[in-house]
Amino acid sequence: MSSESNGNGVESSHVKIPQIKFTKLFINGEFVESLSGKTFETIDPRTGEVIAKISEGDKEDIDLAVKAARQAFDHGPWPRLPGSERRKIMLKFADLIDENVEEIAALDTIDGGKLYHFGKIVEIPSAAENFRYYAGAADKIHGATLKMSRELQAYTLLEPIGVVGHIIPWNFPSQMFVMKVGPTLAAGCTMVVKPAEQTPLSALYYAHLAKLAGLPDGVLNVVTGYGRTAGAAISSHMDIDKVSFTGSTEVGRLVMQAAALSNLKPVSLELGGKSPFIVFDDVDVDKIASLALQGTFYNKGEICVAGSRVFVQEGIYDKFLIKLVEKTKAWVVGDPFDPNVHQGPQVDKNQYERILKFIEIGKKEGATLLAGGKLSNRKGYYIEPTIFTDVSDDMTIAKEEIFGPVMSVLKFKSVEEVIKRANATKYGLAAGIMTNDLNIANRVSRSIRAGVIWINCYFAFDKDLPYGGYKMSGFGRDMGLESLNMYLQVKSVATPIYNSPWL
Amino acid sequence: MATRRISSLVSRSLPVLSSGGKQPCRGRGIHRYSTAASLEDPIKPPVSVQYDKLLINGQFVNSASGKTFPTLDPRTGEVITNVAEGDAEDINRAVSAARKAFDEGPWPKMTAYERQKIMLRFADLVEKYNDEIAALETWDNGKPYEQSAQIEVPMFVRIFRYYAGWTDKIHGLTIPADGPHHVQTLHEPIGVAGQIIPWNFPLLMFAWKVAPALACGNTVVLKTAEQTPLSALLVSKLLHEAGLPEGVMNVVSGFGPTAGVALCSHMDVDKLAFTGSTDTGKMVLELAAKSNLKSVTLELGGKSPFIVCEDADVDKAVELAHFALFFNQGQCCCAGSRTYVHENVYDEFIEKAKARALKRSVGDPFKAGMEQGPQIDEKQFEKILKYIRSGTESGATLETGGDRFGTKGYYIQPTVFSNVKDDMLIAQDEIFGPVQTVLKFKDLDEVIRRANNSRYGLAAGVFTQNLDTANTLMRALRAGTVWINCYDTFDAAIPFGGYKMSGIGREKGEYSLKNYLQVKAVVTPLKNPAWL
Repeated sequence: MSSESNGNGVESSHVKIPQIKFTKLFINGEFVESLSGKTFETIDPRTGEVIAKISEGDKEDIDLAVKAARQAFDHGPWPRLPGSERRKIMLKFADLIDENVEEIAALDTIDGGKLYHFGKIVEIPSAAENFRYYAGAADKIHGATLKMSRELQAYTLLEPIGVVGHIIPWNFPSQMFVMKVGPTLAAGCTMVVKPAEQTPLSALYYAHLAKLAGLPDGVLNVVTGYGRTAGAAISSHMDIDKVSFTGSTEVGRLVMQAAALSNLKPVSLELGGKSPFIVFDDVDVDKIASLALQGTFYNKGEICVAGSRVFVQEGIYDKFLIKLVEKTKAWVVGDPFDPNVHQGPQVDKNQYERILKFIEIGKKEGATLLAGGKLSNRKGYYIEPTIFTDVSDDMTIAKEEIFGPVMSVLKFKSVEEVIKRANATKYGLAAGIMTNDLNIANRVSRSIRAGVIWINCYFAFDKDLPYGGYKMSGFGRDMGLESLNMYLQVKSVATPIYNSPWL
Repeated sequence: MATRRISSLVSRSLPVLSSGGKQPCRGRGIHRYSTAASLEDPIKPPVSVQYDKLLINGQFVNSASGKTFPTLDPRTGEVITNVAEGDAEDINRAVSAARKAFDEGPWPKMTAYERQKIMLRFADLVEKYNDEIAALETWDNGKPYEQSAQIEVPMFVRIFRYYAGWTDKIHGLTIPADGPHHVQTLHEPIGVAGQIIPWNFPLLMFAWKVAPALACGNTVVLKTAEQTPLSALLVSKLLHEAGLPEGVMNVVSGFGPTAGVALCSHMDVDKLAFTGSTDTGKMVLELAAKSNLKSVTLELGGKSPFIVCEDADVDKAVELAHFALFFNQGQCCCAGSRTYVHENVYDEFIEKAKARALKRSVGDPFKAGMEQGPQIDEKQFEKILKYIRSGTESGATLETGGDRFGTKGYYIQPTVFSNVKDDMLIAQDEIFGPVQTVLKFKDLDEVIRRANNSRYGLAAGVFTQNLDTANTLMRALRAGTVWINCYDTFDAAIPFGGYKMSGIGREKGEYSLKNYLQVKAVVTPLKNPAWL
């Protein structure tokens, strides 16, 4: 399909929309049609119009991809290359991402409604940065020599786990891709990646770059398609050694169940959240109100770590609300190609309608609508940034992950109380603690049952910072050196020694 | 042929060692070499010297005194160029630039990722100028050009890329204290690092020292060996081209008793790393103790055993033992210079070791296929010849070699002694030249005792297919590296350093980061913590 069909009039003229070059499955180093010949449409959320028709992978395509990955792992060069050689190819991959920043950013914008300029300046360069980080890790995967209690010499070997299946979501197509693929490559594994059906474009583009970078055929395979077909085939495949999934808690359950019913492959899951953003009385209200806004509305609220329960201590509650309203007025919703825009459209009709339903429920259950909440009359899936106050812990909007620009503000009195309430959730992905009191910061950090705690900051992601969930937010950690463990087997080796001068 | 079977990263990229050998002239018991005509007419190096001044605060400058010293071509003893001679005042200038760059400059405050990118860019630049850098190294040092171009410069690049990857992975710990306390350690750059490197591997020693220091966010004052000042100046220039801020990397050429002493005793240098002789290492440590108690790592001499067990395939053992000793003209601190051979294979080993030494191609290091060039300088040349005389006088059997090679420059014939006893000088001292001493042993306990009976403990080689023997020796030998069925297997990730009087500390690998980091423990009480 040509790029013209994406145009939404004047605002798109900010950036030249790239031609869509890759629409087929990437298997064993080649772009191929799906075996069924079927395709699905990927939609521009700014308009609801079709961007391109993408090959629709199903079980038999997954089989082919796994076969290629299996062959590349069992007989190919990749796991047998020294780490320094894997590093070289990964560094080249990173350079190629840098060289194509604008095109990739534009793909994620038309496909996912993400802010183009932010993508170009922050997100895509950080994808390259992530790749360099794991490139540097490829030759630093250390096992240990062990202290044995008898005359034995023993050590651990950290071996690549084999063929990895990755199922990634649509909210951060680029970052999720590198966050999964980077450590998998560094560890020496091969893989099959299934991007979300909403955002297949950048993953296919990365597959093309991987080939240019010199990644051997079969190491990285990308199969676009749906969860219930291609995704299910990955989760239940007998020849995949590990599956890593990022997405909703409901689907995470299915993935784990399929793994259990097939070959007991280890699973890592990075799932939903309803993260508390806790504001204590002693903060600079203006500054923290801005941060709270970012914490909920960033990426249209489509982020699993969104600080969507904003707990505000009673002493500053009213002042804080005034600031929130004031700042929300300056929060611009519009075409994500426009550099002045803070928020683009939600990813698709489904999500759009789901969020609107939550807003209705919020009103019905008695929360006060402080800002937003009205339907936008523009074309596409745009939603106004919405703030509810007088939210109580038992309301649906305080319990469920909305995955949209909807903030729930809750009032609290004491440290003990807020710890209890913040932890009263099935999720445990992240938390924000806003205070300058060191004792409160330290105490609450240890008390909150969540995988990431941000103190006086939020979304402080870094390639060296592992993140993942407690409770029903999942298990395993992405990013940092921690994530390498998800793609490594530990093998212990022991052998007798004689006449050792020390033990 | 055997070389290719050695599982050594170094030998992997070596040209086949046995090819292109010079045909020796045989006669009167001891084999003598003919004089190569090419030695009289050295090949013109395909490179010119561009940088011969001190590099201080990002600028090439003359020494404060205006003095220079000649750096010599070991093939001829002739002057390559005159290099600015740094002394105490220049060290002061360099340290103050490094101090400023550390205390105020952007380097330690940069994100690790930015430091990484500069180091990666630098590695790319060195790769780009591989052949020029290699030629300069060979010209100044005398090592075979193929060795410089195919092994050492690529290894230099690998080391910098390796440490570039560490910049953003320097982790402290959070620590469980015995009570309600939150404890974490911060790994901070140590400050200004003074580094003194030797002449045998000028570029690789640069990489071993500078790469981890920079990765950790330190600034550096480097004193190169007076025999080989050139390559460090060239690559440091490239380091600046890659975007290194001024003052972070300073290079002062000069002599040990002047510039070296000034660096060691400087009150504003926070850390010293020295590679060189054990005697000088002692002085370095003493000067650090007498000045500001700066922490010191030392990588010193060795007299490393290479143990050939009874079950060894003799042909392979001979090839590896030959490589272990003769590589780099024998000028390796970890040279396998005590070759212990089991009595059952001793005679066969000697015969074959002699034949292999005779086949070694010696000549102009710029000539293709040369395995051995000249020794570094006249002093070393004379010292080695003196040791050879001492070997003969003390009753060892000179199997081959024993004299200079040719009439010009500092070439020495590959020399093999048999019937060497542990108490002979050639079995105890580090000769640092192409002199192999072969000793006989009977059983494992004996060879362990004898191998350990040395003031050194840098490396050891074990040649056996028997797993139990390998496991026993690996633990029993008191040395910083044990190579089993390989030798000189160097890699950016493998730590290297000595036991006993071979030094203090480890370089390369993750271990080297410790040399350039301070550990700060941060402790604060916890009120009502959810867990401890």
